[in-house]
Amino acid sequence: MSVTAQPQPAAQVNWLLLLLKARTFVALILVFTYFAIAAPNFLSVANAVLISKHVAINAFLAIGMTYVIITGGIDLSVGSVVGLTSMIAGYLLLNGIDLGLGWSIQFNTLEIVAMVCLVGVFVGWVNGLLITRLNVAPFIATLGMLYIARGAALLMSGGRTFPNLNGNPDYGSHTFPFIGTGNLLGIPVMIWILIAVTLVATYIAQRSPLGRHIYATGGNERGAELSGVRVRRVKMFVYMFSGLMAAIVGIIIASQLKAAHPATGEFFELNAIAAAVLGGTSMSGGRGRIWGTIVGAFVIGILSDGLVMMGVSSFWQMVIKGLVIVAAVVIDQAQSRLQARVALAQEAAG
Amino acid sequence: MSDTQQHPIGLSIRDAVKVYPGTRALKGVDFDIRMGAVNVLVGENGAGKSTLMKVISGVEPLTEGQITVEGQPVKFTSKDDAVRAGIGIVFQELNLFPEMTVAENIFIGHEPTRAGFHLDTGNERARSAALLKRLEQAIDPDTPLGFLKIGQQQIVEIAKALAEDARILILDEPTSALSAKEVEVLFKLIDELTAQGVGIVYISHRLEELIRIGDYITVLRDGEITGSRSMEGVDIRWIVEAMIGGAQKDFAVPISHELGAEVFRAEEVVLPKMGGGYQVDHVSLSVKAGEIVGIYGLMGAGRTELMECIIGRHPPSSLGRYFVEGAPLKARTVADRIARGIALVPEDRKHDGLVQIMAIRENLTLSSLGAVSRWFHIDLKREAGRALEFIKRLTIKVSSAENPVSSLSGGNQQKVVIGKALMTGPKILLMDEPTRGVDVGAKAEIYKVMRELAAEGLGVLFCTSEIEECMALSDRILVMADGRITGEFSHDAEAAEVLAAATPMSTDRESAA
Repeated sequence: MSVTAQPQPAAQVNWLLLLLKARTFVALILVFTYFAIAAPNFLSVANAVLISKHVAINAFLAIGMTYVIITGGIDLSVGSVVGLTSMIAGYLLLNGIDLGLGWSIQFNTLEIVAMVCLVGVFVGWVNGLLITRLNVAPFIATLGMLYIARGAALLMSGGRTFPNLNGNPDYGSHTFPFIGTGNLLGIPVMIWILIAVTLVATYIAQRSPLGRHIYATGGNERGAELSGVRVRRVKMFVYMFSGLMAAIVGIIIASQLKAAHPATGEFFELNAIAAAVLGGTSMSGGRGRIWGTIVGAFVIGILSDGLVMMGVSSFWQMVIKGLVIVAAVVIDQAQSRLQARVALAQEAAG
Repeated sequence: MSDTQQHPIGLSIRDAVKVYPGTRALKGVDFDIRMGAVNVLVGENGAGKSTLMKVISGVEPLTEGQITVEGQPVKFTSKDDAVRAGIGIVFQELNLFPEMTVAENIFIGHEPTRAGFHLDTGNERARSAALLKRLEQAIDPDTPLGFLKIGQQQIVEIAKALAEDARILILDEPTSALSAKEVEVLFKLIDELTAQGVGIVYISHRLEELIRIGDYITVLRDGEITGSRSMEGVDIRWIVEAMIGGAQKDFAVPISHELGAEVFRAEEVVLPKMGGGYQVDHVSLSVKAGEIVGIYGLMGAGRTELMECIIGRHPPSSLGRYFVEGAPLKARTVADRIARGIALVPEDRKHDGLVQIMAIRENLTLSSLGAVSRWFHIDLKREAGRALEFIKRLTIKVSSAENPVSSLSGGNQQKVVIGKALMTGPKILLMDEPTRGVDVGAKAEIYKVMRELAAEGLGVLFCTSEIEECMALSDRILVMADGRITGEFSHDAEAAEVLAAATPMSTDRESAA
């Protein structure tokens, strides 16, 4: 009878669905395996450390971006905020705060980190105010902030670089370069920071009321508000968190290079969006996972570094990166269609 | 018959059956549209009026039955077929473009062109001007549509239908958004159109209006015709009886219990309307513990807006004083008001009630996550337990609480919304159209739940546009029209009186002034 013939195609569809669901991970394995075979020295420890450092920079921003996108927004300002915060870190390290009459306050590393993080959170706070109180569309508000923060970064030094950020033992700021270059138990400090941030961000998303409210806000803002979700506060949080992530990246880059350049972070926002989307975050809001974003950041990072190692021209690299991103979204659409079909079939069968 | 000579039948539909998954929306309906006359169609929400109109205008195909236009059998497979047969429809929600001019709106989708691609704006403007003149309207075709009043916009919609040579014009609740003055203009226009031989189908809930304007009346109930005649000698009582049947249906088994003290009071609630007037016009009401208060009103009466004011959705623009158990309510935000014991089951499940892509469990606990969390930590086990408890209590049919809420039927989705509201431990439960779009079985269950909640001492304030539901459930009935309370009745009042109070035409207030 017709009923007995049913299970087999259904099982096939389910298998395909599983594969599609884990597509980012599958992509990661494919990319990794390909370069492991094709690129010489790809499988060395030194290269692994190098790639993970590149990935980490993008991953911080992408984590913040994931929250923002889940609420249905976007944060285009993060790249500029990276530039601004790294300049502020450099300025504080070199000059402290000048009180006039030859007096100035100097800071130790911890104080500098705290102050720079506050600046990042403040920029996010302004973004959030524009969006929640003045009803500016997130795209526009953060686009404006992209220019403002970049301009401010350039103004700080007249466009020049702050060099030699080695810190001063007298002030306790000599440990600053350690953040970006140091190792703990053989693993770079910045990777430890990334692991910590990832765990906290995952926890917030999956197990805290705040996280649930982030998803609800993006899934149905009106419905969430009528259910008692404080939508404005939720949005304030995600933009402030995204600003904090940008500040952390700003500090890490200034520390790594022992220099702060005002052009730092250009186009970083686009890489962060790409990682989030590759990881399965829906641009229309309500859907996304921190882990997916991390995997997405790794796919992008391994792809660019692997292509460099194989000597592919940077022009081709851009084309390939673009294709991967578009393909990810196409597959995403296919998956939701397939999922809907499977659900319908199950309903009809049940 | 002389009727047929005076008003020839332009379109007739015979043995119309329309089946949707799970329901038979039309069960063998016969309906005639007479030319040069106003054919009134009336019935409660869900009686099948919209379905019948969708079938006639080609939006939906018939499952069984036959449509004939001027004696010729026709088959409409798309809206274009119906338009070609001379049928135009003006929906309740206007489909217009406020940024475009009146002329552009009238010819949207069938713009006059030269050589097939060059927009002939001169022709468009001239024909628009001619149409508006035929409708005796002093509207400049070059005016941006957004500048017009809502009544004039409606006339533009009618012009749009006439531009496609409509001989039959369906008007679905055309007066629900109009002021009394604008209604007069519309009625004059309808007279002129019928004099030109156009057949009008007029759908409305406003019974006095129907009696005034109609030449023939057809009443639908549960997908069947329960009355069809010439308007002569028809009164409100006849219409109401045909609409709800002779005996009131036994929906809810009332649980008799004592009413407690007042749990909720609202005083002088005001919500101004854009461009003057009020959506909610100085409404005061109170609800006792264990009491079910029904607010009956037509679309646009301001019921939903009143509910939204109470829950705190219009913080800066609405005014009013609220008291929960006698204590003044100072909280302004929705979240704070929920914390004070107010909960809302919104009218629009999809857009206001649920987060469709979240699981059933997540939707149920969305309003009361604090109760299952400590600081930043949700106790998932406790959350799942709470969700399961309410799934059982409200008999929500789910295979797993982890499935997306969108996988449920309308009735079960509605129960999730109710469960979410109840989980906050409210003292007063606001329900806006609690049974909209749910099937009969789920309806009865929701009624039962409401009765039980009242018996447990909860105050329930619900809105409905179904007179039957209102009569069957309410301990006390308030009627709203034009943003105001226009009547208060006990549960054994006459349905006809309640209906009459809901018709804004019977009030002398001039809202356009």
